[in-house]
Amino acid sequence: MKPPPFQYHDPKTLAEAVGLLGKLDNAKLLAGGQSLMPMLNMRFVQPDHIIDINLVEGLSGIKESGGAIEIGAMTRQRDLEFSDLIKAKCPLLHQAIMHIGHRQTRNRGTIGGSLCHLDPAAELVSVCAAHDATVTVVGPNGTREIAFADFPAGYLTPAIELNEIVTTIRIPLWPAGHKAAFIEFSRRHGDFAIVSAAALLQIDGGRISRASVTVGGVAVAPVRAGDVEKAITGQAPTSELFAEACESCRSIDAMADIHASADYRQHLAAVLSRRALEKAAGLADNAPWNRVH
Amino acid sequence: MTDKRTITVSVNGAKHTKEVPVRITLADFIRYELGLTGTHLGCEHGVCGACTILLDGRSARSCLMLAVQADGHDVLTVEGIAPSPDKLHPLQEAFRDNHGLQCGFCTPGMLTTLLEFLGDNPDPTEQEVRIAISGNLCRCTGYQGIVLAALDAAKRMKAARA
Repeated sequence: MKPPPFQYHDPKTLAEAVGLLGKLDNAKLLAGGQSLMPMLNMRFVQPDHIIDINLVEGLSGIKESGGAIEIGAMTRQRDLEFSDLIKAKCPLLHQAIMHIGHRQTRNRGTIGGSLCHLDPAAELVSVCAAHDATVTVVGPNGTREIAFADFPAGYLTPAIELNEIVTTIRIPLWPAGHKAAFIEFSRRHGDFAIVSAAALLQIDGGRISRASVTVGGVAVAPVRAGDVEKAITGQAPTSELFAEACESCRSIDAMADIHASADYRQHLAAVLSRRALEKAAGLADNAPWNRVH
Repeated sequence: MTDKRTITVSVNGAKHTKEVPVRITLADFIRYELGLTGTHLGCEHGVCGACTILLDGRSARSCLMLAVQADGHDVLTVEGIAPSPDKLHPLQEAFRDNHGLQCGFCTPGMLTTLLEFLGDNPDPTEQEVRIAISGNLCRCTGYQGIVLAALDAAKRMKAARA
């Protein structure tokens, strides 16, 4: 028996869950369990109460609404993977899903759980940053919305209160025909990315009219490469343009750990952001690194 | 004091009702409470894939679930794959014939993972098989035989359905 002792609660409604969260001290929400359960097994966390929200009604589902895709927080990563709506309208998310862990973990893991765990290398966190998503949370005082740029408060720490629960993630869609690419560098398929890059491009009349470039795994939260976005907007997409613009990613304040030094992460940030842009723009079809994962 | 709950879980078609500590993982419940030791525990934090079971037909790591979360659900373990005590499933036969197991530690997780995968994708490429088992570690490094077994199993399962 690996997890430390705790009291177990399995509310059936959101109101009940919020009530428990506000009332109990040292409580943790259990969503898909693919991050919290390892942390419990290794006793990195020792909560007095586990509030399992798997039985709460109405927290999962994928729908299109007002130019965005709305995803319930408890929607499993598998359901995102097999969603025709996401495949058709949100190709960046569709591509990113295949990099998340493995089939066994995607069957359980949820989007809300991933965002709240906020691993620096998490693919769904990067996609939300790239798409300027909005996170809806519910607490004792009602509902509020958080722009994704304000969502990460620090390492593994979302900017939500202890008594709030994430209910919905709203991902604004880009126009039909936009280009997207999500790539990452990891030692083995399904491992945590050392660095990942997400690119969104809108190309009109041979020129980039809108760009979003995000690097994950470099800092405690995904970094939007604003300098790259500015440098390429209004230009014709070429490998040379992307290579030059992405050099600015070498100045991102990068973290170092057992897997990679800060220098190496900065190097990967520049290389992968360039590759993601090339892939999105269709300039990498024959590149040796561009294989199907 | 450890909180306890009474749960009813269907495992390989048989219903089991037990009182369990709420903190026991599904993996430990299967092994220690039910005595089904075919489900192996390697890392116990979701990396090695040895403890993979099917929950309502979907693969999941049983070390990353609490037993109480399986209350009312159907679990399939490696013991439930063969159709009868003296007959192997085509997937198991393919493993035997293609040297798909050496020490056998990873085999329960490989079989359950591939059982779901070959249901979703009955005619996979080698690359797809390799990705499907990317979450299952074989420390004998016997992947070559496992991949061959999976590809062979796809053919056998297709033939069995025809």
